[in-house]
Amino acid sequence: MQIKSFDKTISGNGLYPLTSGGINTLQVNLGRLCNQVCRHCHVGAGPDRKEVMSKETMGLCLDVLKDTGITAVDITGGAPEMNPNFRWLIEECRRLERQVMVRSNLTILQGPGYEDMPDFFAVNKVEVIASLPYYTEQNTDSQRGKGVFQKSIAALKRLNALGYGIDDSELSLNLVFNPGGAFLPPSQKALEADYKREMRKRFDVSFNSLFTITNLPVGRFLAYLNSSGNFERYMDRLVSSYNPSAAANVMCKSLISVGWDGTLYDCDFNQMLGMAVNHGAPSNIKDFDFSKLSNRQIVTGLHCYGCTAGAGSGCGGATT
Amino acid sequence: MQTYYSPEDLSKFPTIGEGAPELWKKFSDWYGAVFAEGALTEREKALIALAVAHAVQCPYCIDAYTQSCLEKGSNKEQMTEAVHVAAAIRGGASLVHGVQMKNVIEKISM
Repeated sequence: MQIKSFDKTISGNGLYPLTSGGINTLQVNLGRLCNQVCRHCHVGAGPDRKEVMSKETMGLCLDVLKDTGITAVDITGGAPEMNPNFRWLIEECRRLERQVMVRSNLTILQGPGYEDMPDFFAVNKVEVIASLPYYTEQNTDSQRGKGVFQKSIAALKRLNALGYGIDDSELSLNLVFNPGGAFLPPSQKALEADYKREMRKRFDVSFNSLFTITNLPVGRFLAYLNSSGNFERYMDRLVSSYNPSAAANVMCKSLISVGWDGTLYDCDFNQMLGMAVNHGAPSNIKDFDFSKLSNRQIVTGLHCYGCTAGAGSGCGGATT
Repeated sequence: MQTYYSPEDLSKFPTIGEGAPELWKKFSDWYGAVFAEGALTEREKALIALAVAHAVQCPYCIDAYTQSCLEKGSNKEQMTEAVHVAAAIRGGASLVHGVQMKNVIEKISM
């Protein structure tokens, strides 16, 4: 299968070279350890993974926050809650008055030793971004594992009880949808309306916004595409759905991603592909240079078509 | 050719325009307008298309509109119900012709 290079495609819209427009989010991946083994996970996370960010590397992230105007910290994993210094990092970020987002798989909040985590989130005004690929048990468990859906609903009810996702509350709870297979996500607006109606009706659960995120051909999802014979069809779908407006708004233009070992990447997907920041910008948190990184050329690959297909996709959902 | 139907042929659909470009353009424009959001949503139109695809038993259309329905946010339960609607109409259409059979029986029977 011959696929036109991503750089060549964006050249046609005057977007090459793709360049950072300034960094407002530090996305920190605390490691690949997770209590779940999701079939689509681009990280390949699971209970047996050993890669976990050290407190020392977290300290370097905090130094960057102190020295720059980066306003938001987006904490991800794995299940970031499983990092032993997770709570310390959040408290320090809040001490620096930064907005803190945590990407939670929800089930960890029901696990032993994590029962008080929702309260901790609320006290620290953490924005919770929670995975819930569908509002039915079958679709969710098929992708994320047996029993995940019921635990997720229980965790959402607990968050709601603390004021998360409730109108006029300052505690923000956003859900993440990603397709359960080799197809693009639906309209974010239409699906959010469905989710809100069905989650209220079926479970009496509320939330603020739904983010629709496209599955990128990376990690376990790539393995699924190959083993199921869907790779060519899916790549063709991504490439034929290329949207220049989405390409102009890709998330890597405004964030930088830190790996568990301190390596810097343009996004979490590049991180999993081992494609560190390049083109003359420093590639480790120890050498963080805000000016150079804010103007860096972004490292691209064929997987980038996943963020530019249809309505676009980023960590905050559709980008157009 | 191993079979009359090949999945790869779906993406060759636009080549039909080579023999009659103006007609193809008219068809493409009209087709696009038909499926655009209107009094019905794009999702509703995709579900109708899926049902019709089953009624006319077009494998290309079933492939295309299964994907389209998923990408418009329909789930398997909704899509299966749409296929049942098509099947019910097809089944009912056969059965209602039984009235003609009865008419003929009455006409030619003593």
